[in-house]
Amino acid sequence: MKGTCWKYGADINTDLIIAGRYLNTTDPKILAGHCMEDLDPHFAAGVKPGDIILADKNFGCGSSREHAPLALKTAGITCVVAKSFARIFYRNAFNLGLPVIVCPEAYENSHTGDVMEISLEKGTISNLTRGTTFSAEPMPEFMREIISRGGLMEYVASTRGKG
Amino acid sequence: MGMTITEKILAAHAQLDKVSPGQLIKAAVDLVLANDITAPLAIEQFRKAGCAHVFDKNKIVLVLDHFAPNKDILSAEQCRFVREFAREQNLTNFFEGGDMGIEHALLPEKGLVKPGQVIIGADSHTCTYGALGAFATGVGSTDVAAAMITGQTWFRIPESIKIIFTGRLGPWVGGKDLILRIIGDIGVDGALYKAMEFTGEVISGLPMPDRLSMANMVIEAGAKNGIMPPDALTRAYLNQRLPSSDQGQIVVGDKDAVYAEVREYCVTDMEPQVAFPHSPENVHGINGIARIPIHQAVIGSCTNGRLEDLKAAAQVLQGRRAAPGVRLIIIPATPWIYEQAMRLGYLETFIKARAVISPPTCGPCLGGHMGILAKGERAIATTNRNFVGRMGHGESEVYLSNPAVAAASAAAGYICGPEHIGVKEPS
Repeated sequence: MKGTCWKYGADINTDLIIAGRYLNTTDPKILAGHCMEDLDPHFAAGVKPGDIILADKNFGCGSSREHAPLALKTAGITCVVAKSFARIFYRNAFNLGLPVIVCPEAYENSHTGDVMEISLEKGTISNLTRGTTFSAEPMPEFMREIISRGGLMEYVASTRGKG
Repeated sequence: MGMTITEKILAAHAQLDKVSPGQLIKAAVDLVLANDITAPLAIEQFRKAGCAHVFDKNKIVLVLDHFAPNKDILSAEQCRFVREFAREQNLTNFFEGGDMGIEHALLPEKGLVKPGQVIIGADSHTCTYGALGAFATGVGSTDVAAAMITGQTWFRIPESIKIIFTGRLGPWVGGKDLILRIIGDIGVDGALYKAMEFTGEVISGLPMPDRLSMANMVIEAGAKNGIMPPDALTRAYLNQRLPSSDQGQIVVGDKDAVYAEVREYCVTDMEPQVAFPHSPENVHGINGIARIPIHQAVIGSCTNGRLEDLKAAAQVLQGRRAAPGVRLIIIPATPWIYEQAMRLGYLETFIKARAVISPPTCGPCLGGHMGILAKGERAIATTNRNFVGRMGHGESEVYLSNPAVAAASAAAGYICGPEHIGVKEPS
């Protein structure tokens, strides 16, 4: 996967990712249209399919709302790279097929607008703009399968009957 | 090497003799919870998996509390979607309308939470139930969907932090202040992925509502769960709700259990705490802060909408009125609390104090309805989060406090404690 970075700070909570006032719907397109609204009003209009979010520590803290990874994924984000993730968000992201990677070095040494290429299998994050490559934990095959199927339920449905 | 209470409960539910931090387990769940904003996604996922029935109609709890009474057409549709699912599955524990209370106040009150249980909920404040000696944690809607199907979920065994409170609590200082103080010290990721275990002489004497407030906010430090070892007060709370033969399993940690960290607090001389915008870790003692005028005060939520919270607010507001320009909103967390507050005269005190009394709902806490802030407005609230835009406009502000401080602030028109307006001791 390859895309342009949007870099944000520490403790980005799920209210910032999708505000409570929009939780009267589960329509992914409506949620995506308000994604990051109170943090960066330019995000929803400017984000392109394939883009990547870079964040400091504790990304996704706060509410358990799965609308947060759903909004990011529908907006076009293909991966979130952060120094650390809040526990519930980390689990929700994989369950919805949005890969998230812990890599403090990539965060420290990359910026908004940089183009990155990420290999989940190898655990590498290459900043093509700056010519640097960072290492993260390679993602196990079953986790990549969850991502490629589009989420945990799709993965479970696809493996049913395979014994 | 022994196990902590959290480790013991999880081991028992995984049918293992021993577990250690970091270990991945598959555990049986005793209760699976969702609400009107997280259940719709869970039900969609449930359908996607092609399943016809939940694993146990008595162990799924659905509460329409966040945007109910329905705040708009979209919310009404979400509530209808959940209601139809509850009927189709013949769920025993479906709460709406006059049966509905804020989920984390309602479930313990109804006797649905018991010591030793494993409870997951698609709501981050599910951790509240640790106050009764259960392992309880928030998850997303997909995890809830999977558990509704299988009755199981997977966990990584968390490391535990033991927090010991000694000393004597002063007037108008309670569970909310203790937990704010800790979050202020360790930060919003200070307990990330970990269990927070609360003990010590202060906890032993701490009433159940205060314990519930404390466990409620451990997620604000990033914790997986908060837990208090069950004791005589726990037993007394359960005795009011459940027959003695059906009060769960009292689990106690081993003396040689291993903790990642042990913290000790002497609470003598601790003053009421206030979390400033826009983070629950931005905590200050009430006495050192400058004059901060407010437009709104909210007393309610899963953190502080219980009867004892309303009692404290009523004592402070007795014979007083909300200051001109301050909108005071009181939200009893459950119908039972509402009724008791009426019977005990609290509601009359509130109405005379110029308060608006809302039906039970999460409402303004997450910027839903019943008290949304305009641009530039400032509120003090007994809720649990003060993130940017949490109660309304992205340029509004929320300060978090205990109910007595919120009530005193409403009367004064600016943030202050009860003693500042001449209310000395809780009666």
